Amino acid sequence: MSITLTVNGQRHELDVEPEMPLLWVLRDELGLTGTKFGCGVAACGACTVHVDGVAMRTCVTPVEAADGASITTIEGLAEASGAAPGELSALQAAWVAKQVPQCGYCQSGMLMAVSALLTENPQPTDEDIDAAITNVCRCGTYPRIRAAIRDVTAA
Amino acid sequence: MAFEMKKPSRRQFLIASGLVGGGLMLGYAMSGPSRRERAAGATGTKGGEAMVTTWLKVSPDNIVTVYVPHADMGQGVITALAMMAAEEMEADWSLVRAERAPADLAFANDALRGFFLKDSSVPGMLQGVNQYAWYKVAEGMSLQITGGSSSVRFTGQSGMRHSGAAAKEMLVKAAAARWGVSASDCTASMSTVTGPAGQSATYGELAAEAAEYSPSATPKLKPRKDYTIVGTPKPRFDIPGKVDGSAKYGVDAEVPGMLHAAVKLAPVFGSTVVSYDASEVLKRRGVKQVVEFPAGVAVIADNFWRAKEAALALDVVFDTKGNEATSSETIFAAQAEAIAKGESEEDVEKGDAAAAFAAEGAEIVAGQYRVPYLAHACMEPMNCTVWIRDGKADVWVGSQDALGTRARVADVAGIDFDNVTVHSLLLGGGFGRRIPVRAGRSEFPSEIDWAVMIAKEVDAPVKLVYTREDDIQHDAYRPAVTSHLRAVIGPDGYPTAWENRYVYKDDPAEAAHIPYAVPNQSIRVVELPTEIPRGPWRSVAHTQHTFFSESFVDELAYRAGKDPFEYRRALLKDAPRHLAVLEKAAEMAGWGSKLPEGRYHGIAVQESFESIVAEVAEISIVDGQPRVHRVVAAVDCGEVIHPDTAAQQVESGIIYGLTAALYGEISIEGGAVAQTNFTDYEMLHLSETPEIEVHFMDSNAPIGGLGEPATPVVSAAVANAVYAATGNRVRQLPFKLHDLSTVSDKFAQAAD
Ligand code: FES
Ligand code: FES
Repeated sequence: MSITLTVNGQRHELDVEPEMPLLWVLRDELGLTGTKFGCGVAACGACTVHVDGVAMRTCVTPVEAADGASITTIEGLAEASGAAPGELSALQAAWVAKQVPQCGYCQSGMLMAVSALLTENPQPTDEDIDAAITNVCRCGTYPRIRAAIRDVTAA
Repeated sequence: MAFEMKKPSRRQFLIASGLVGGGLMLGYAMSGPSRRERAAGATGTKGGEAMVTTWLKVSPDNIVTVYVPHADMGQGVITALAMMAAEEMEADWSLVRAERAPADLAFANDALRGFFLKDSSVPGMLQGVNQYAWYKVAEGMSLQITGGSSSVRFTGQSGMRHSGAAAKEMLVKAAAARWGVSASDCTASMSTVTGPAGQSATYGELAAEAAEYSPSATPKLKPRKDYTIVGTPKPRFDIPGKVDGSAKYGVDAEVPGMLHAAVKLAPVFGSTVVSYDASEVLKRRGVKQVVEFPAGVAVIADNFWRAKEAALALDVVFDTKGNEATSSETIFAAQAEAIAKGESEEDVEKGDAAAAFAAEGAEIVAGQYRVPYLAHACMEPMNCTVWIRDGKADVWVGSQDALGTRARVADVAGIDFDNVTVHSLLLGGGFGRRIPVRAGRSEFPSEIDWAVMIAKEVDAPVKLVYTREDDIQHDAYRPAVTSHLRAVIGPDGYPTAWENRYVYKDDPAEAAHIPYAVPNQSIRVVELPTEIPRGPWRSVAHTQHTFFSESFVDELAYRAGKDPFEYRRALLKDAPRHLAVLEKAAEMAGWGSKLPEGRYHGIAVQESFESIVAEVAEISIVDGQPRVHRVVAAVDCGEVIHPDTAAQQVESGIIYGLTAALYGEISIEGGAVAQTNFTDYEMLHLSETPEIEVHFMDSNAPIGGLGEPATPVVSAAVANAVYAATGNRVRQLPFKLHDLSTVSDKFAQAAD
């Protein structure tokens, strides 16, 4: 079956099984390894990308569900956010300013989840953040994630 | 972590060399065991010793590059170590770069030397270093282990500072010679040497001439009061790649022609494969091959998902060797029985505890504690990419011990050590999990072993990735431990005797010891091995013993009718560093002041890895469970190199420890792990994260570790707060096993 995806502005025609999760299409077929595998059961958020602007956990999203969709991964986040080439988005810059990542493995998914939240709700309450950001970070960067979000919402 | 960490007392030396094109390369090495001993040490029963080597490079463009021999798992060590070198060197921080040193640097012999003669094979950092320097440093290098919170303590202290100071002296000498003045009339600052008549030259300009001098074996180090880089929050070098998706972890390894492997592992520990039928899965799209290895069967495919789905579908019959009779219940029962039997080995014997307990009318308090197995659950599932061909092996992996991995791969593959190359990638979490030989216990094989065995059968590079289920069910677990504690309470309420009978001696050896002034102590251990794989877990044996000892001291305080903070203070009168952090944490928390309705405090203190941490947790009880609102930590880790990453390590340690205390339980049922994924091995989320406040004591103590010491304290602090709130003494973790919604009757009366 042929699937069409537009990933970070680039169109791909793919011959893959329709049930293959989008995560593995991105990582193993397209070589976009910034999107991470953490649990495979939608329980950690490491694999979060934007599908037509909506945050999705791609480890459980069959690629056919994204057929024809426009997808943004961490590699394309800055550009999709309107940052100049080579620059970071305001959210990524806040992540650097607050020195959020430790091992960094969860951070692609965190950034994708938070950016989707802020697009939808630019001034979230703490409760909104708690409810929306259910990604797991084993290094415990949560306090800094909240602080970095506040950097952006205060700006 | 669980290996011996020798202080750098062995022969140490600095070597320097010019670089083609006019640079300076300076290395610091410690002589270590012979290559044979190292190989044996890394695969045998002992974990091996920690050696360190540092490289500094000054390029003609005035850039200083620091090569760090440790894995940065997010603890900021690469940046912190570079800061230590740059400080002594008087480098301009904006011109400093840092990288992880390659593992293949480490060992030299004639074959390797020949290998490096071909210019193209020289690791980038060593392009142009002359053969002799190469040879010398290679002789002196050894294991690059990251663990035991050791990087800054040993590498930084010994390697980075000395290398930086020696490099500066050489640069100053070169400048003085160039200008015909005395070196003592020249000053170095901001990567530039200035002469008495206002002459000036950058380090880059002086590098080639500086390389003509031998580095001093005893360079003069800066006094701490003159530091301008160390002690400031420099942005970490590794952050940018971690926010734009470009950082490459082990699981991201990409080798041309690479295939993917997924495994069906025997659920019951110690099982072996009896039979399987692969005919069906071999017909699937993309599936190339199946490979049997002792603990399971691997499916090799052109994409991980195809491999994983096929492995799931594979029917494998295992011989469980009778191990399915093992369960958490049988393990804990055996531990209680072994302790009751009384055959124990001495850990601490002080005074005459036996007599104190036997004394007529002794008031004895007893508590039986235990904690379960825990998985590490690194965010990045375990993985290892191996390519074996023509008697050579290449390995791509994120490891806490790149050279130990190399030795292990050589051993398992049956390939000469010199023909194994480890390509180090980032680690998506380590916490003690990413150590190739399970802290020297070779009887517990790891995914690295399986990856090598699989790769031997495949005619291409193969990337083995564990699913999260594989990762949770085939870890090297923090051991389940039981501790039976007793104390004799003197007439003033303070203990006159302390007794601990616990199972399983792990590292560090002093984990079960107490800092309190108790005259009679009997701390003894019973060994009771099981077939459940075990390994170091963030703070190792402290994770269990801090919970035991610090909860039990709290019991004693309540028994004596004293405030738990004041009670500890009195018992710590001869331990001034402990006392200082305890008092600081209490002050930060507002100990003793009125808390909002329904909020309670608990306190605990522990020394581990030469750092002392006191924490106060503020909790309430929500739906029968502790809800942790705030944790304050006072930390004495000696000098703080990088205050921001140091605070981050403490935050991280608290969250890691809290996750385990609230939810962490790996239970064994039918010889296998019952939990499967984050759905039943639950993680703390952003919404449950307490407010965390960290204070570092102004301390002149030697540098202590920071990656681990905050972790063990929090479980006891929360347990003690739970007691304050409810009168329920939690003696088994995790909290989720207990319904804490009812306040114990006796306690309610006492509180009235
Ligand atoms: S990998 Fe998709 S949610 Fe965890
Ligand atoms: S930074 Fe390591 S898991 Fe989040």
